[in-house]
Amino acid sequence: MSIDLMNAFIAPLVIMVSISLILGLVLVIASRFLAEYGPCRISIKGNKDVEVIGGETLLSSLFENKIFIPSACGGRGSCGYCKLKVTSGGGSVLPTELPYLTPSEVVDDVRLACQLKVKSDMEIEVPEEYLSIQEYRAEVAQSISLTYDMKELRFRLLEPETINFKPGQYIQFHVPSTNREVVYRAYSIASLPSMAGELELIVRLVPGGIGSTYIHNLSVGDEVTISGSCGDFFLHERSSCDILLIGGGAGMAPLKSILYSLFEKGSDRKIDLFFGVRAKKDLFYLEEFERLAKEHPNFTYTYALSSPGEADDWKGEKGFIHLVLERHLKEGEKREAYLCGPPLMADAVIKVLKEKGVDPSNIYYDKF
Amino acid sequence: MDLLTILIAAVFTHNIALTYFLGMCPFVAVSGNLRTAMGMSMAVTFVMSLAAAVTWPIYHKLLVPYDVTYLQYVVFILVIAALVQIVEMMVERTSPFLYNTMGVFLPLITVNCAILGVTLFMVVRDYSYIESLIYSFGSGIGWGVAILAMAAIRERLRFADLPEGLKGAGITMIIAGLMAMSFMGFAGILNVH
Repeated sequence: MSIDLMNAFIAPLVIMVSISLILGLVLVIASRFLAEYGPCRISIKGNKDVEVIGGETLLSSLFENKIFIPSACGGRGSCGYCKLKVTSGGGSVLPTELPYLTPSEVVDDVRLACQLKVKSDMEIEVPEEYLSIQEYRAEVAQSISLTYDMKELRFRLLEPETINFKPGQYIQFHVPSTNREVVYRAYSIASLPSMAGELELIVRLVPGGIGSTYIHNLSVGDEVTISGSCGDFFLHERSSCDILLIGGGAGMAPLKSILYSLFEKGSDRKIDLFFGVRAKKDLFYLEEFERLAKEHPNFTYTYALSSPGEADDWKGEKGFIHLVLERHLKEGEKREAYLCGPPLMADAVIKVLKEKGVDPSNIYYDKF
Repeated sequence: MDLLTILIAAVFTHNIALTYFLGMCPFVAVSGNLRTAMGMSMAVTFVMSLAAAVTWPIYHKLLVPYDVTYLQYVVFILVIAALVQIVEMMVERTSPFLYNTMGVFLPLITVNCAILGVTLFMVVRDYSYIESLIYSFGSGIGWGVAILAMAAIRERLRFADLPEGLKGAGITMIIAGLMAMSFMGFAGILNVH
């Protein structure tokens, strides 16, 4: 091989390798001296202090210490869920946080935990319900198809073995994705808090959805990771007000949990369930509710099809659920309403409820 | 070619954003309000000048003598990315104020095409070191002028009744086109390459 040819291969190789090496070295040294901020103490008001190595974001520092702050986007600063009150050590608000904070939150020292880096000792406030969020390993115990695109899955908790939650709350499903990052998806719990070792979810297959595709493809025995429980949508058990449960599609899950725990407590509160689906092929739990309505005189249920197929032969209610509700609900009744469904449906239902004189503070909803 | 000509050409007649349409992603994404546009344009000017200052010696003292100038693309990208990361760490460490105004934008523009474009134009046009510095600084200012003008227009657009589908990126691209046309008016002033 001639010298020229050798040079043509070796020179670029040597240059590339040496440039990459030098850059890598400089970066390592720089991050050692510039990006590490030594040990920092994060004091959580009214709770424990945690010791972390500074330089990471507050969100991931807390995650490492098993404090799970809800975050739907996984720390990219695009969902705005991981808001925490930082009373000292946070510095001023970053431009990347501003789009998600209201002016009063800025004044109140509320920050996005995924954008804020820990550089010094900090004092923060973490809502009580976040501190009870834990990570669980669980295995699939059962997977049933309710309709062509809806599955009911039962998980057995492996470690820890029990979970505490209020009927209506949700868990975060950890979905492994291709690029090593974990994606989190929220699903409402359909089972009863009293069956603490088990969790039931109702998951609709969203075409192209990362979470629902993963969950629909799980088979019995597969191991999964979840964290929970979270959410401020739950049954207010001390109240004795009559109840309206309103939902659509996969919004059945929290309503089922609420309904069954009312039955379990032997509550004599009047319960009316209104549930909307598109066509007959989307119906599920019909026989079960019929049986429950016979056993419990205080329970009625109404299913409505918004666009029944021609062959459906449906004798029940037709139309969107808020219109059905408008026909059935009497004005001025004192009610506590729990609704769970897509945002458009929820907004329409809330409007009807307010028109019928339901106190807005008694309307609880979970839009997804 | 005197330095003033290069500067004016970089800012107006050969505006990197509006005549070459480089650096469009941050141009569309960050031009929503004036304050963030200001921070972004400062960051771009800074990184462009720095990139040219560092890549010029690498190109002329390392790549040219060894006859491996075809490595310029990958070497430039590597060098700029590493450099920006170090600068970001330094800014974050030393000056919270500077970090808040422009530091957060630094990672967004490490591998931006406008930055790479400037360093490549510098090579193509065979600028000397001083000329390269002036050119890259001017290009940064030019990009800044363009995004600030865009941000000012978009702030006023909030009161306009736009069709739903045009809101956001759509109308921004149309405005960029109109601005580019008006910038063509500068073309008569100078003639560079």
